[in-house]
Amino acid sequence: MKILILGAGQVGSSAAYHLSHEEANEVTVVDMRPDVLRELQDRLDIRTVVGHAAYPDVLERAGANDADIIIALTDSDETNLVACQVAYTLYHTPTKIARIRAAEYMNAKALFTQDAFPVDLRISPEQLVCEYVEQLILYPGALQVLEFAGGRVRLVGAMADRNGPMVGQKLSVLKQHLPNAEGRIAAIYRDGTARELQGDTVIEEGDEVFFVAARQDVRVFMSEMRKLEEPVRRVVIAGGGNIGLRLALALEQTNQVKIIERDPRRAKIISEQLNKSIVLVGDAADEELLLEENIDNVDVFCGLTNAEEANILSAMLAKRLGAHKVMALINRASYVELVESGTIDIAISPQQVTIGSLLAHVRRGDVVKVHSLRRGEAEAIEAIAHGTKESSRVVGRRIDEIDLPRGTSIVAVVRGDEVSVAHHDTVIETDDHVIMFMTDRRKIERLEELFQVDVAFV
Amino acid sequence: MNWTVAQRILGLLLMFFSLTMLTPLIFSLVFRGEAWLSFVESFVLTLSAGFIIWLPVRNARKELRLRDGFLVVASFWIVLGLFGALPFYLTHNPAMSFTDAVFESMSGLTTTGATVLTGLDTLPKSILYYRQQLQWLGGMGIIVLAVAVLPMLGVGGMQLYRAETPGPVKDTKLTPRVTETAKALWYVYLAFTILCVLGYLFAGMNWFDALCHAFATVAIGGFSTHDLSLAYYNSTAVNLVAVVFMFVAGINFSLHFFTWRYLNVRHYFDNPEFRAYVFVLVSVSVVVIVGLLWTGTYADPEDGIINGLFQAVSIATTTGFTTADFPSWPGALPVILIFASFIGGCAGSTAGGIKVVRCLLIYKQGVREIVRLVHPSAEIPVKLGRQAVPVRVIDAVWGFFSVYLIVFGVMMMAMMATGLDQVTAFSAVTLTLNNLGAGLGDVAAGFVAVNDSAKWIAITAMLLGRLEIFTLLVLVTPTFWRR
Repeated sequence: MKILILGAGQVGSSAAYHLSHEEANEVTVVDMRPDVLRELQDRLDIRTVVGHAAYPDVLERAGANDADIIIALTDSDETNLVACQVAYTLYHTPTKIARIRAAEYMNAKALFTQDAFPVDLRISPEQLVCEYVEQLILYPGALQVLEFAGGRVRLVGAMADRNGPMVGQKLSVLKQHLPNAEGRIAAIYRDGTARELQGDTVIEEGDEVFFVAARQDVRVFMSEMRKLEEPVRRVVIAGGGNIGLRLALALEQTNQVKIIERDPRRAKIISEQLNKSIVLVGDAADEELLLEENIDNVDVFCGLTNAEEANILSAMLAKRLGAHKVMALINRASYVELVESGTIDIAISPQQVTIGSLLAHVRRGDVVKVHSLRRGEAEAIEAIAHGTKESSRVVGRRIDEIDLPRGTSIVAVVRGDEVSVAHHDTVIETDDHVIMFMTDRRKIERLEELFQVDVAFV
Repeated sequence: MNWTVAQRILGLLLMFFSLTMLTPLIFSLVFRGEAWLSFVESFVLTLSAGFIIWLPVRNARKELRLRDGFLVVASFWIVLGLFGALPFYLTHNPAMSFTDAVFESMSGLTTTGATVLTGLDTLPKSILYYRQQLQWLGGMGIIVLAVAVLPMLGVGGMQLYRAETPGPVKDTKLTPRVTETAKALWYVYLAFTILCVLGYLFAGMNWFDALCHAFATVAIGGFSTHDLSLAYYNSTAVNLVAVVFMFVAGINFSLHFFTWRYLNVRHYFDNPEFRAYVFVLVSVSVVVIVGLLWTGTYADPEDGIINGLFQAVSIATTTGFTTADFPSWPGALPVILIFASFIGGCAGSTAGGIKVVRCLLIYKQGVREIVRLVHPSAEIPVKLGRQAVPVRVIDAVWGFFSVYLIVFGVMMMAMMATGLDQVTAFSAVTLTLNNLGAGLGDVAAGFVAVNDSAKWIAITAMLLGRLEIFTLLVLVTPTFWRR
């Protein structure tokens, strides 16, 4: 697939990284800064073009003529919109994805039609990150909460601790523990590597367990892995930027929210938009300020400023001062690895959150949703099975008859509104949403082939 | 430094190279089975050497860093020169010493075209074909070929590609994937080779000679299957076909690619390097032809024009085919030709020399200094076409130029120290460092009469010229090895 990425910022470079590592893709990146591009081209097997991302001649040089997807990720909404318009009008690019930051554009849904702004998918990394953090706060104890099938199914990652009833037990016991709940274990990571799952695999303390469950059953499953935590009440957010403000707005009805912002003018602006939250002017790494605001009683502290170093340090400080759980927004993948084994409970990587929504559009076959996990090494995919038993290699077959690549498992099947956990004898029907977990993403092409309908039979 | 990864790729490349020894075997069997044993032996030796290098590290799969790229490319070319020499060394006709065998192989691979053999017309056809094939593989770059056909080189392919391709700016890719870029280049190269074979056939060569000479022409090599080189045919048609394809092969191959992709020749004329290249070739040809006619070197003016044109294109593109005894031409003509070879072909072509674009940039800098004298406070960027050239590139060009001159001086003095006279030493270094292959003085007819130490210096110079000095030179600097 020929992919054109506009903007080599954080989101743009990580999209280029992920997409160019898949053999089938040819990636071209456009940016105004030659030094950034040179550095990117040293690391990745991509082509780069220097120039303004929305100018027709630049797009033409970058090969917009035969591009399959254009992904506009510059930090200017206007540039992204115009670039998609240009690509549509001049080059008839089939799929156009634009990053839109301003909620004002995002909310005006009528704008995004073929005769206004022809954008097929709008992504807002800020909004995605905000929703992601919101889920984590909704399910305390979870490391990751990802939605499938319009929210009917959730994939949850959690650390097993010694208080969970399932810890020290074989997987086959789970069904006896929870006879009425729909869900199953999708993967277990021990010491950073995925374990093969069998009926007699034992969950140990410290394992990172991923499970799928219907929305209403997430809590009971969680309680099997670890002691269920109290619902979150008090939240402190460091950084009143786009993400911080959105999160505060989303949480302030149900939680006590305090938000710390360094810039007095910005603090004034957000305080006017927020109704119940308390806006504090000051430094999030100021010990006095944190103590004064009873940091030791806080359930969750989120470091969400623009500076990742500041997020890490303020989160570590809050943890030492007694905050129950701390999260930090971290862009650099190497920092995420450093931090996750330490005092910080959850590292939030905006790239990883964003990349999934891009990947869903790049995948061949009818892929609805992709979540990138464990720094892109694993992937959870929701795909729709099409065709008949003759034209498809999935439909009409029992799960143990499907030739899945190694490390891939079908974990759940959604048929209409009904969620069912996949068993070896579940038969896939046409139009089923099949949810899969893949521990080795390099096998993705084989999976894509599996879900493609054989044209000869259509 | 990633020793194991570099070693793994080196082993793979060597095994890959061993396959190219099988095609001469076919020729050997077709033509009375001469020298077949030496090819079989060389194939087995090279394959097993590659296998032994590869086997202990076959699972090393880290990403190749920039430095490893230099290491792989430079060491592979050295190893390639040695293993490529095996068929020459093992065969009895011609009986060659180790030095001579390495010289011949390196001269082929670097597309220099200087030879230590005489009596080419009586040699086995398989050996003759093998020499031409070495040139053909070396022309576009055997590593570029490997990047195109061996997918497992992956991301590191770019590092290798960059260390082997000539020119000051190497980041421009024709396609997003480096494997696709390498493939595109080889397709264009292959297409020109086929056209060239057809051209020679049409001009009256037999098919074996047409194939062999086409290899040497599009690679800008200069090896021939006859002692007389192209003069053997004494045919204007052959000469013109050669002129056309030498000219084409001296152009940046990415321009050919874009022309083919967009079916539009404007890419050539928009390119300042191409225009400068044409300008150089035309002016050298005109000067030489006028010189020949003026002095009446040839009784028939038509001979003067054809020979003048042919030699000008052949020497200025660093091919080194000869149709005339140009070293004995009158006045400054031989030296003009030799100096033109310093400019060489375009960046990204198969030609040697300093490359037209670098000379153009140096010239433009000179002009800029003159303008600056008149307008001391003017801001004057150096431009290629409509685009300003980054200062970094200009610095790199100057660095390259000065190192080229220093290497030249050192090599020439070393040659003289081995006992060569001044003209011979000068021309020997020129013809090897520029990958030219045809020279003046005692090396006019090849390196047959030259002593062994001078041959080793020449081997080094050819390699330095093909890898544009820095790729090889960087390996002998302490900075490279510092951890």
